[in-house]
Amino acid sequence: MNDALDVTLRLLIVFVVFLTFPLVIGQTEHKVMAHMQGRLGPMYAGGFHGWAQLVADGVKFAQKEDIVPAGADRRIFQLAPAVALLPYLLVLLAIPIGPGEGAVGQVIDAGVFFVLAVMGVGVLGSLMAGWASANKFSLLGGLRTAAQLLAYELPMLLTAASVAMAAGTVSLPGIVDAFEWWWVPWQIVGAIVFFVAGLAELQRPPFDMPVADSEIIFGAYTEYTGLRFALFLLAEYAGIVVLCGLTTVLFLGGWHGPWGADGLGWVWTLLKAAVLAFLVIWLRVTYPRLREDQLQKLSWTLLVPLSLAQIALTGIVKVVIQ
Amino acid sequence: MTLAATAGLLAAGPNARAAAETHGFLSPTGVEIAFLLVGLVTFGAAIVTVTTRQLVHAALWLVVALGGLAVEYLLLTAEFIAWVQVLIYVGSVVVLLLFGLMLTRAPIGRSPDADSGNRWAALTVAVAAAAALVWVVVDAFRTTWIDLDGPAAGSTEATGASLFQNWVLPFEALSVLLLAALVGAIVLSRKAKAEAATAADSTPATRSRTDRSETDRSEKEGTR
Repeated sequence: MNDALDVTLRLLIVFVVFLTFPLVIGQTEHKVMAHMQGRLGPMYAGGFHGWAQLVADGVKFAQKEDIVPAGADRRIFQLAPAVALLPYLLVLLAIPIGPGEGAVGQVIDAGVFFVLAVMGVGVLGSLMAGWASANKFSLLGGLRTAAQLLAYELPMLLTAASVAMAAGTVSLPGIVDAFEWWWVPWQIVGAIVFFVAGLAELQRPPFDMPVADSEIIFGAYTEYTGLRFALFLLAEYAGIVVLCGLTTVLFLGGWHGPWGADGLGWVWTLLKAAVLAFLVIWLRVTYPRLREDQLQKLSWTLLVPLSLAQIALTGIVKVVIQ
Repeated sequence: MTLAATAGLLAAGPNARAAAETHGFLSPTGVEIAFLLVGLVTFGAAIVTVTTRQLVHAALWLVVALGGLAVEYLLLTAEFIAWVQVLIYVGSVVVLLLFGLMLTRAPIGRSPDADSGNRWAALTVAVAAAAALVWVVVDAFRTTWIDLDGPAAGSTEATGASLFQNWVLPFEALSVLLLAALVGAIVLSRKAKAEAATAADSTPATRSRTDRSETDRSEKEGTR
């Protein structure tokens, strides 16, 4: 296969994954929420169990008028959804789902840093939206988003650094290659901290104070309608895909599993990520929202010390086993 | 050729010397052209950052300038440095800047008072600093070329090895400096908080000094 075709094919596959996986998670969320809350959920669109509800939602969003408030900063207001969404597409490019060169969009030498750096850029989209809307609820939402990012970026980085220390590399495929089963108990604290911090960075419940719909009317996205609002929602679900994929790759051994990694490796990656995605939805449905001060306190007084302790533990074990 | 340039060449190894002989300024490669173009964009964004009258726009143009720098690092094969640049500057510093702006004052549209009387002094300092940096860098790396076909010279492994083998002392000194800044910031904010609390408590201003220090202490214990 020649190079140009190979690159095109990889980009195309990543793009298709980027467009479909968030929708699958959205549909799962509909169904899981409905079951957990003992209600039907959307059941009519498409016939069988309302499978076409998301398509219908998409059509609805596309039909809505695209409004920019008169007092808003027009260009930044319109640019914000793209800034929020595109980083996740780039991150998806670097997440390996199987062993070898064939199962990753692009092998990046400093993969962990690339992924975390680019994910952090996505938050700029929410900040731009919050400021440019000329709405005090949006501004509050933007402020809370920024405070949340600053608080949770640190534990996320520290725990990722802990895994990189354990593996002796910062490349994502390299980390999974070096994985052994006993890494799971060894890095379990780091895994939990990473996952929780990732949830907070995505502003998913119970960390959704910045977008709390019943209090500040969806925060930074208050003034958005139609497709631009849909793009923000898509960014949230793409974020779930990325977070679950990353947690799988960094902490749960990616394609490692019973019956070997050859051939069926990618199934393991997807399965583990899917279980994590279910967990994300489960938390949303069952856990009450944290207050803003509780949010900050959780990160600074619990997650940061825990992640530092994890790094110390990783260092000690690493020295002992050498 | 000066001493610094010789040292640079020696450090870069025989590959770079061989590469230097085959390159010329008049036959640029694609990467060099891209480097120049991204540099121009970065420069333009930096200029807009300091000249625009819209505060938040200035912060967002700063994102473009810092991102442009990251791309330049990438083109120089320093991949690790590039991602760290994005992580620290675009992901954290600019977010902190925007947070500060939004928390205090971030009007939409122009702010006529967003200008400084020190414009000429600032320009002089900026030009002097830029001239010094450019002179030092040009003098040190005059004829050094990066061999793009060989192993990446700025990969994470190479960066880590040189950082922790050749540059350990500056690294440690910098980390101590940052720690000192961190501790200083905490001390300053705690002191200001305690003083504000005592000022609010003792508005009659008849309290003695010992009283105040006692409330100070109880305030600190309360926050713990």
